[in-house]
Amino acid sequence: MKRSVPLAIVMVGGILMIIQYFIPHQYSQAVFDTYTEWGPIVAVFALVLGIGSLIRVHSHKIRRRAKNWQYSYAVLIPLFAMPIFGLILPTAVAGGTDSPSVFDFLFMNVQVPIQATMFSLLAFYIASAAFRAFRAKSALATVLLIAAVIVMLGQVPIGELLGSWFPKIGQWILRYPNAAAKRAIALGVGFGILATQLKIIFGVERNWLGGAGE
Amino acid sequence: MRKHQVAFPALVLLIFSVPVLAQTGAPPAPAAVTEESGQEEMPAPEYEPPGGIVVVDHPNDAGDQLDVSFESARPEDLVMIQQVFRRPAGKLDLSGPDGQGVGEDSWQAVYSVAAGEATFFVDGQDPDYPIEPGSSYEYMVTALFMDGTEVSSDVYAMDFSSVGEIFHTGKVRVLIACAIFLILIFYYFQKAQSGVEMYLRPIGGIEAIDEAIGRATEMGKPILYVPGLSTIADVATIASLTILGRVAKKVAEYQTPLLVPNRDPIVYTVADETVKQGYLEAGRPDAYDPDSVFFLTDSQFAFVAGVNGIMMRDKPATNFYLGMFWAESLILAETGSLSGAIQIAGTDATVQLPFFITTCDYTLIGEELYAASAYLGREPKQLGAVKGQDAMKAVVMTFITAGFVAGMIDIVAGTHILGWLRDLVTMPIVD
Repeated sequence: MKRSVPLAIVMVGGILMIIQYFIPHQYSQAVFDTYTEWGPIVAVFALVLGIGSLIRVHSHKIRRRAKNWQYSYAVLIPLFAMPIFGLILPTAVAGGTDSPSVFDFLFMNVQVPIQATMFSLLAFYIASAAFRAFRAKSALATVLLIAAVIVMLGQVPIGELLGSWFPKIGQWILRYPNAAAKRAIALGVGFGILATQLKIIFGVERNWLGGAGE
Repeated sequence: MRKHQVAFPALVLLIFSVPVLAQTGAPPAPAAVTEESGQEEMPAPEYEPPGGIVVVDHPNDAGDQLDVSFESARPEDLVMIQQVFRRPAGKLDLSGPDGQGVGEDSWQAVYSVAAGEATFFVDGQDPDYPIEPGSSYEYMVTALFMDGTEVSSDVYAMDFSSVGEIFHTGKVRVLIACAIFLILIFYYFQKAQSGVEMYLRPIGGIEAIDEAIGRATEMGKPILYVPGLSTIADVATIASLTILGRVAKKVAEYQTPLLVPNRDPIVYTVADETVKQGYLEAGRPDAYDPDSVFFLTDSQFAFVAGVNGIMMRDKPATNFYLGMFWAESLILAETGSLSGAIQIAGTDATVQLPFFITTCDYTLIGEELYAASAYLGREPKQLGAVKGQDAMKAVVMTFITAGFVAGMIDIVAGTHILGWLRDLVTMPIVD
């Protein structure tokens, strides 16, 4: 019962949505709209579980004085403080979420810059990854290196100064062999997605239930 | 004055006025002379209102769209803009100025056609002016000319109601392709269950999973498993959780610590159950640590910062990145590489694959992520599904090759063979 009811729900719902795709009638569209409206409702309840997990994990760390337990305070304090600032503190004392408020100040001056900092690490990581990866250790690696150099030089003005063919060959590499490979991968991914969904709908794949393929 | 002195000029006048009268059929209106300028005023051009309004039900819709076309007002080169008005049918008798109805029942301007644009549109696509399925409407087109003159067409009343179709005829190709795919999948299901040995090419990344788990066990360090940053609705996440179940079972047998940070709360709950079940199946339910699977944060880069912190502090020996990733993929993989871990990645995001390939030891590319479950479990139906996928790819490759060869022949020989195949592939599916 514990397994058969969810499997039945998935099978009926999955087949229903497959059939719905081919029926444009308004009643079919209403079924689809209802299904999609349920998603965020379920997600909100799951968020409660997620936050509970976060609090439990860090509380245990603090209680056990586990390694780096101090960082757990850095997680728990803002977790409670931000909702208090945003939802409970009156707007007369800099509460609320609109500017000016403590919540808005912390969000715009702490969270946003930190997120931008993490994103900006990509630039340096790309350089270090390229330095490690673009080495002519084998024939294929050499081809990768040459193609990468041509495409990179084709994207910057200095490439055109070095040779007007850099941008043209770079564009050709991106437009033909690269696009062809991406499409081939996308084709395989599409069939893989379809097969996985069919396996889930027909109960062949059951790991999402918490079982390992039984 | 003598008679011949009057008759002759009159006769000349008569002779020269005949062609003029023959052309107009009526004497031309005498040119008006204005008092201010004393110049002649040209007569106003004759404006013909828009007409020929035709409304038909839009095919393959939910009954909320109508195809509307009309003939433009004339002269067309003097038209500035034409507006299409609509109101629910049967409202002619409502109160309001000139019986035009009030509120929602009044005329609403649903579309504008500038000079030179096509006089055809699909009504109902604008969310501000929706069409109710099963309803009838009246249409009127008003043209505004350059000199400010406004003329309106007659009111066109629909004699039918908009209807939603039961089957989308534009998706017949999709239905046929799905049917072929289903047939192939079930055929290989049966074949695999009947005991036929099925060959799957070896995939380095999947074969390295056992080796990677063993490495972490020998070093006494934890395994970090990141099931992607997407929601449970993403099939890549489900594929990742399938692999997590098998990894958890192995980890339970070897008693290796496992860390599974999650970005999505629903994925967290499923991952928690999956890992718990893995420990149960390995016969080690007591060894399961509920804190090993946890929700970290919903924010993309905050999640990456958290996982990077785990990598730098706990120094896991093995990192798995399996699922859907975005811009954070390189940050994760590069930090893991700096920490000295063996890394196995797998994603169907083609944009992120190059980053994983350059920084990870093994990468499952695209569909290999979906096939990993079959490789690890070796169950007949799972293997049959993989073979069914391959069979469908063979069908598609055959079509592509045939279309390509036919296209090359057409270019060289100037023929038009297999045109139906090209139409089949290139015609878009209009939703």
